[in-house]
Amino acid sequence: MVATKVTRLWKRSRGRLRVGSLAPVIAAVGALVVGAVMLWALGASPLHAYRVLFQEAFGSVDALASTAVKAIPLVLVGVGITIAFRANVLNIGGEGQMVVGGLTATVTALAFPRLPAPVLIPLVLLGGAAGGALWGGIPGALKAYFNVNEILSTIMLNIVAVQVMNSLLRGPLLDQTQVGGLSRVPQTERLSHSADLPILIGGTRLHAGVLVALIAAAAAYVLLWRTTLGFRLRAVGLSREASRYAGMPVRRTITLALALSGAMAGLAGAVLVFGSESHRMVTDGTTTGFTGAAGFNGIVVALFGGLHPLGTVLASFLFGGLLVGGNALQRAVQVPSALIVALNGLIVVFVVSTEFVRRRARLRPESPEGARDVGPGPEPAVEPEPLAAGTDLVEP
Amino acid sequence: VSKFLTVAALTATVASGIRLSAPFLLAALGETMGQRSGVLNLGVDGVMLLGAFATYYTVLQTGDLWVGVLAGGAVGLIMGLVTAIVSVTLKAEQGISGIGVYLFGLGVTDLLFQKLVGTPRPISSLPAFKIPLLGDIPLIGKMFFRHNVLVYAAFALVVVLAFVLNRTTFGTNVKAVGENPAAADSLGVSVTRTRYTTVLIGNMLAGLAGATLAVELGIFQQNLTAGQGFIAIALVYFGAWRPTGVLAGSLLYGMVAATVLAWKSLGIIPRGASDLAAMAPAVITVIALVVVARRFRQPAALARPFVRGL
Repeated sequence: MVATKVTRLWKRSRGRLRVGSLAPVIAAVGALVVGAVMLWALGASPLHAYRVLFQEAFGSVDALASTAVKAIPLVLVGVGITIAFRANVLNIGGEGQMVVGGLTATVTALAFPRLPAPVLIPLVLLGGAAGGALWGGIPGALKAYFNVNEILSTIMLNIVAVQVMNSLLRGPLLDQTQVGGLSRVPQTERLSHSADLPILIGGTRLHAGVLVALIAAAAAYVLLWRTTLGFRLRAVGLSREASRYAGMPVRRTITLALALSGAMAGLAGAVLVFGSESHRMVTDGTTTGFTGAAGFNGIVVALFGGLHPLGTVLASFLFGGLLVGGNALQRAVQVPSALIVALNGLIVVFVVSTEFVRRRARLRPESPEGARDVGPGPEPAVEPEPLAAGTDLVEP
Repeated sequence: VSKFLTVAALTATVASGIRLSAPFLLAALGETMGQRSGVLNLGVDGVMLLGAFATYYTVLQTGDLWVGVLAGGAVGLIMGLVTAIVSVTLKAEQGISGIGVYLFGLGVTDLLFQKLVGTPRPISSLPAFKIPLLGDIPLIGKMFFRHNVLVYAAFALVVVLAFVLNRTTFGTNVKAVGENPAAADSLGVSVTRTRYTTVLIGNMLAGLAGATLAVELGIFQQNLTAGQGFIAIALVYFGAWRPTGVLAGSLLYGMVAATVLAWKSLGIIPRGASDLAAMAPAVITVIALVVVARRFRQPAALARPFVRGL
């Protein structure tokens, strides 16, 4: 009996299992194969390298804790990307939003050094989210009201954010003990102890940021599928026209989508500062020096996780492991961890080259071309809201 | 400020502005071709990095600058083929696949540089070529006619591409495919072939833009381009998808960059404010995007894969 039931279940699930849902697995395998070729070309044994990578990422409690810590910013940024993507807005500005979030959180902590931890921690996290929301809201508003392509504006704001960070950390926020010194490391003083994210498991680096990330992911799920605002976000993502006819505030929703997305990235920036071992914000002059490229890798995990918060959490853990293991490659087989950056890029290309993303997010309904193109003549001149540049990127 | 307003300083700044705008110009012109045919290539920065590294490494090995530049262009062509397969044949989401190409270029060049080169070694940079007669004109000669050949090539390309886009059948096809691929297709224009051609040209130019950077700076380092490829994409919007507009944008960018550099070295900008000055180009770009978005329309089929019969 049980056996037949199992077979029936398997058959049914197989019926539903289409190539599309296997796409991320195929993409990952493809990237690992290319990675193996690259490792081999660089004179390292691919098998040995991957064994080391896996061992260092998932092989012990310590390894798992490091992986989880690396996954935190990925979850937060990835969930933010998911929210924006569901509203049909591409947020390439995670890097800048993380930086600004880190800065506003740091400033908040500096402003209230005496507050006790139960008050200060939520406050600095809120500060970070607010900074990120601002940095995401700007391109959101520019897209909604001025028709500016959000891909370009978010990238430009990444460049602006890094310069803001550098000038603040070398100027007003500079650690006073560094002022007289010769090297002048551009960093803040050690921030208030009450703002430290508590360590969850003694002896490891696992801190409460993990909980922040999980709560944020759950909140994003509830937002998207259990609230009116979430419905609106998804409706605008599916069809801007239909949403407008239904009386939804399309422009405000687009602005909000990018602001929320930025808030998540800002939260990630705050967690990076207060979960760091040095408990201060440091710059090496680049965004990636602070973010570890999580603003870009968040796109990878969001896609890989099927643009769903739960999938994003799982994907983040996987990619967190890839990052931790990648650092070990340098020691074990003398291959720079830049390999992981390249592999992430390949995975992005592989994932979007499949039907997967389009089908999952239903961003491109069945007829991607036509409907408007063969409509009666050109009409942009009289259109009430000219379609924004980014609109056309993903909307039919 | 008076130090800056001397003839010598101004001429030098204009000359360096023109030189700095060449990589932007090459990359942005390439991107213009792709976008006019409806393909958004966000991977420019990654391709520039790959082109720059290929050039740098080839010159390091062979000592021949021109072989190096060719290598940069060739790597651009290979990446163009990849981009075309992903964007045109596999119909990927172009706003994201380009980020993948960028990360790939960023990672691979860093990886190869660390593994193959290790400690940075300079290569000889491309010598300036003084155009006979014109280069001897006082001031003007110094500003405009004493650059390396790649700089002249970049500026000549503006004329060439403007001619191709506006005066040839191929150019008309490119624009038709970018505006209304279904109509172009029904008239027998191959959307796929047209887009493959523009993407290949575009990425080759991105590779050459990287090559230009490498032979001008004479070095390579991790993330050498520092986002210049992304700015080049913004310049296409800035230039409203026209080669001449892109020229204006690139020149503006080069001049602003050269002025900031000159002011820094002359001490006009205090040390603390130099970070803020460095964000000026990005801020200007965002403002320019607002202005352009209000006045010009992008190619109607931009970033939309073509599926026949839908």
